[in-house]
Amino acid sequence: MKIAVCVKYVPDATGNRHFQHDKTVDRVGVDGLLSELDEYAVEQALQIKEKAGSPDDVEVTVLCVGPEQAVDAVRKALQMGADDGVHVQDDAIAGSDAIATSLVLAKAMQRGGGADGAGMPYDLVMCGMASTDGAMSVMPAMLAQRLSLPQLTLASKIETQGAKVRIQRDGDDATQVVVGEMPLVLSVTDQSGEPRYPSFKGIMAAKKKPVKILTLSDIGVDAGDVGLSAAWTVVEETTARPPREAGEIVKDEEGSGARALADFLATQKFI
Amino acid sequence: MSEILVVVDHVDLPEGVAIKKSTYEMLTLAARIGVPSAVFIGPKAKGAGVAEAVKRYGAQRLYVVDDEDLKSYPVAPKAEALQQLVEKTSQSGGVGAVLITSSAEGKEVAGRLAITTGSGLITDAIDIEAGDDGPLTTQSVFAGSYTVKARVTRGTPIITVKPNSAVPVEADGAGQVDEVAVTVSEAARGARIVASQPRAVTGRPELTEAAIVVSGGRGTGGDFDPVEDLADALGAAVGASRAAVDSGWKPHSYQIGQTGKNVGPQLYFASGISGAIQHRAGMQTSKTIVAVNKDEEAPIFELVDFGVVGDLHTVLPAVTEEVRRRKG
Ligand SMILES: Cc1cc2nc3c(=O)[nH]c(=O)nc-3n(C[C@H](O)[C@H](O)[C@H](O)COP(=O)(O)OP(=O)(O)OC[C@H]3O[C@@H](n4cnc5c(N)ncnc54)[C@H](O)[C@@H]3O)c2cc1C
Ligand SMILES: Cc1cc2nc3c(=O)[nH]c(=O)nc-3n(C[C@H](O)[C@H](O)[C@H](O)COP(=O)(O)OP(=O)(O)OC[C@H]3O[C@@H](n4cnc5c(N)ncnc54)[C@H](O)[C@@H]3O)c2cc1C
Repeated sequence: MKIAVCVKYVPDATGNRHFQHDKTVDRVGVDGLLSELDEYAVEQALQIKEKAGSPDDVEVTVLCVGPEQAVDAVRKALQMGADDGVHVQDDAIAGSDAIATSLVLAKAMQRGGGADGAGMPYDLVMCGMASTDGAMSVMPAMLAQRLSLPQLTLASKIETQGAKVRIQRDGDDATQVVVGEMPLVLSVTDQSGEPRYPSFKGIMAAKKKPVKILTLSDIGVDAGDVGLSAAWTVVEETTARPPREAGEIVKDEEGSGARALADFLATQKFI
Repeated sequence: MSEILVVVDHVDLPEGVAIKKSTYEMLTLAARIGVPSAVFIGPKAKGAGVAEAVKRYGAQRLYVVDDEDLKSYPVAPKAEALQQLVEKTSQSGGVGAVLITSSAEGKEVAGRLAITTGSGLITDAIDIEAGDDGPLTTQSVFAGSYTVKARVTRGTPIITVKPNSAVPVEADGAGQVDEVAVTVSEAARGARIVASQPRAVTGRPELTEAAIVVSGGRGTGGDFDPVEDLADALGAAVGASRAAVDSGWKPHSYQIGQTGKNVGPQLYFASGISGAIQHRAGMQTSKTIVAVNKDEEAPIFELVDFGVVGDLHTVLPAVTEEVRRRKG
């Protein structure tokens, strides 16, 4: 069995995330890391591998589309235990929208060819529930559409039995049990189980694991179909929100805090 | 003016259909950029009732797509139905945009629809206005630290809209019912829903729709009574931080933040919550923010319009009493 886990390299949320002059996110001049929520997908992929009858027959490949530095995200996943990496890296990709990113990811997956209808070698395509920067939560559905695969998304619990997959999806209005058969796209939430930390052994082993670097021409994508100029959306304006004006903060002494707060709520017409 | 399709966000109940407020908000936004029509994917028999409701918010038409054949499969069939509707309607005049609620499922439907219709996609819009080159959207990104204005440049703009982004305005619509037949591909039936457990009814407003949200964190120590009493006094929804959810004090459907619900109420009242970046990501667009926390250094105080340094177990009940007294 082959599993592809899509991992994104994102600017550190605790750092200074900002836009550049061309209104794209600065992904090079700031500290970046493996999008935290993708660690949950890596964790679940590793658990599927470990629970398999013969774990050696399950291969976990991490797939990343991003700038040169993004290899850090791939390395982190390899340190956790993934087997190898594929990194699609091409200057023409910078500034891509979700449509183009999904095209690159899908083409990169189909590159190996495959016997099934999806024309790709992977039985499972796994994703996080959202990136921590764009946070659109659309990539898994877009990949399912492009690859004509079933989507089992936003899983908080996962069970596999042969090619059958069964998940719990905590939806907006109901908790559902959704089933499907591989090959399929599976995205997992942060309720699926805490991701492991790389062990010392894992860190050492990762140094020897292969990471294949692919360009757009390697995966058969025309540079004119991706990147900022080809985006189907355009950002007209980005404005840093002015820092919130410091509010009034009072110390509660013998009920004074509650009265002051009730006064505030009354002047703001909430009572 | 081109037609704007608003997908009716609803929950199907045995006795009818609960239409979510975001539907009316989107109809109001749609009227700014074109002629609003609504799309109801649900039981055909309930179409007339939905038409009565949406026409009061300006819907000229209601397209009804019977869901008998769709409802056992998540996301994909809805996206196919909308694609067919967009193509059909485009032949008879042109669709100016499709508006869908920014819920988990709504965003996934939108993502697929964007690909199949060859259109650009904008998610989590908090405002839409008419622009010279088509609808101009506003998004709040990076946990609220930036505001972005964007527009779609190709195909039919597919826009998901966060609940609470507009005040619904009543307007006269015709509400003409148009039944639409759609076909669902085999590929769209690859994932099947085999069990569904609806959320327990709380009797309180829906978290993402509520005008006021009172939330509790680890600081409650597991006792949510003060939080819930205050919420009920204010007519508010109850939310929780991930720490409170992970502790098992509240179900995950209460969680506010990056991996929970995204709320933008008129008033957000945080109690015993420190204000971690992941929590902020889900509440920072709130208009007014109030916090009670016993640590004056808690980062939540950087966000507040009004804050009380104190023990929530004494402050909250006292506020509740004041609210009840003043409301009479
Ligand atoms: C603030 C902001 C707002 C944006 N708004 C829009 C918009 O409205 N419309 C639009 O079309 N684009 C938008 N973009 C661009 C969009 O975020 C990127 O194209 C991105 O690659 C895909 O979306 P996402 O990061 O939101 O992914 P999500 O859909 O949130 O990601 C889900 C999962 O997909 C996988 N994944 C996502 N990206 C990659 C990658 N590069 N490599 C490997 N795996 C990946 C991961 O497993 C991830 O957990 C925005 C970007 C930013 C930073
Ligand atoms: C991938 C990822 C995703 C996450 N997603 C989310 C998310 O969606 N939502 C979310 O909320 N978090 C999320 N988190 C967790 C987040 O980082 C914080 O850990 C969490 O928000 C902390 O919850 P808290 O504020 O309730 O707890 P704490 O940070 O422990 O804060 C408790 C606060 O209560 C105060 N307090 C204690 N006792 C009292 C008292 N008697 N009276 C008044 N105040 C008191 C303390 O001073 C403290 O400030 C995520 C984390 C990760 C890694």
